[in-house]
Amino acid sequence: MKEELIIAGFGGQGVLSMGKILAYSGIMQGQEVTWMPSYGPEMRGGTANVTVILSDNKISSPILSKYDTAIILNQQSMDKFENLVKPGGLLIYDPNGITRHPERKDINICSIEAAEESARMGNLKAFNMIVLGAFLQKKPVVSMESVVKGLKKSLPERHHHLIPMNEEAIKVGMDKLVDINVL
Amino acid sequence: MAEKILMKGNEAIAYGAIRCGADGYFGYPITPQSEVMETLMEEKPWETTGMVVLQAESETSSINMVYGGACTGKKVMTSSSSLGISLMAEGLSYLAGAELPCVIVNVMRGGPGLGTIQPSQADYFQAVKGGGHGDYKMIVLAPASAQDMYDFVGLGFDLAFKYRTPAMILSDGVIGQMMEKVELGEQKPRRTDAEIAEQCPWAVVGKPADRKRNVITSLALESPVQEAHNIKLQAKYKEIEEKEVLYSTYRTEDAEHLFVAYGSIARICETAVDIARENGYKVGLLRPITLYPYPTKQIQELLPQLKSVMAVEMSAGQMVEDVRLAVEGKVPVNFHGRMGGMIPSPDEIYEAFVKSINK
Repeated sequence: MKEELIIAGFGGQGVLSMGKILAYSGIMQGQEVTWMPSYGPEMRGGTANVTVILSDNKISSPILSKYDTAIILNQQSMDKFENLVKPGGLLIYDPNGITRHPERKDINICSIEAAEESARMGNLKAFNMIVLGAFLQKKPVVSMESVVKGLKKSLPERHHHLIPMNEEAIKVGMDKLVDINVL
Repeated sequence: MAEKILMKGNEAIAYGAIRCGADGYFGYPITPQSEVMETLMEEKPWETTGMVVLQAESETSSINMVYGGACTGKKVMTSSSSLGISLMAEGLSYLAGAELPCVIVNVMRGGPGLGTIQPSQADYFQAVKGGGHGDYKMIVLAPASAQDMYDFVGLGFDLAFKYRTPAMILSDGVIGQMMEKVELGEQKPRRTDAEIAEQCPWAVVGKPADRKRNVITSLALESPVQEAHNIKLQAKYKEIEEKEVLYSTYRTEDAEHLFVAYGSIARICETAVDIARENGYKVGLLRPITLYPYPTKQIQELLPQLKSVMAVEMSAGQMVEDVRLAVEGKVPVNFHGRMGGMIPSPDEIYEAFVKSINK
């Protein structure tokens, strides 16, 4: 198993922490992982992205030019990353704020109304876990059990009471995923 | 089995320092390595091992605090990025001249000048060929993973004390900012004063009645004395060159073409090697782990089987000069580089390779 993905959106959407939870979940089930963030001017306002690789084998390059999966959470990232998904790959996006929807026919495309669902849950911070749920529904590269362990590792102990809410958000994401283009 | 923790390369430097029993860290914040001191401050090692962590008022101050601490035989270190290391250059020369062991970490960013905060490898010359003035060398280690960052702090101190010379960890923004799993080793105790007095008879630790006072200086006004000191330093560097070369290879057994790359670029080149192999080119990779001493002989040993060599760097072409010195014109030496914080992808390196052998 090897999954190379990019998660891209605005700073503050939880892009980097979603990647971190995914990476930690991979470690919990014995995978090799890399997590390479944009740390440039972007993180000081504007877009943020992180490249995560999960693999059963040693990971060579942490830098990629094509991705198995792109999780896209704003228009700028759609413009930048839609064309970098490998043919046959997966693009997941939240239509909220998207003015130009993805157009490719050679990849699987799904949407998840994560902003809307997080508002419905009454917890806007659940946004990134809803997105993670949508991804795991399509590509169960890590188990729910590993994700819970990963959450425990990556959240400080004072936030551990929030783990059940995060689990619920992941399940919402798994449920509310909509197929847009299926190969 | 020790627990594996997800952390940034910069955080791994901090844990490496604490766990190897370092006595002191002196630094000044700069992107992309600020997490080194942030992590040390969070971990508060002064409450556990007794390690001192101090934010100095500048890089110049940091390196001179390192000089002071090293004089007493303590394991002391600093970290910075590119332009910060330039400010330390005078101190590096003094440390080398006074034969003081210490560890300096450079998490390189793009230059020259204030440059960019994105990754670069354009400080190779500064680290390997000088930086400061005078005939001196530093042992230079090039980590390619967060685990290397952790391991090389202890290794750097071991080599620095073995040869009484500064050791530099030459990293870059990719390795500093990337998170990977790191296996932490056992906590080693800091050395006691008695152990330092025994292991570092040169250190300034208070003069007992039965020996002459220790003097640590890089000053020798009489030329014959200074030359004798230079000859001693050069003999030491020769020994380091003979004994301390570290490198690794990837798919070189039947390789007809060789990539030479260090640090994060060595990782990216590994994938480029795989792509080239899938396309029918027999390519291998040699990764220098020590940049000084350089694996010159190891490159030469591969030459009989090679048709070309390509150095890949995030610079205008610095390490490639050492590759050319090793190859001595026996096969073509090509170069692919990016600058200004741009990182080449594996595909880009593969394409540059194909172009280089068909030109």
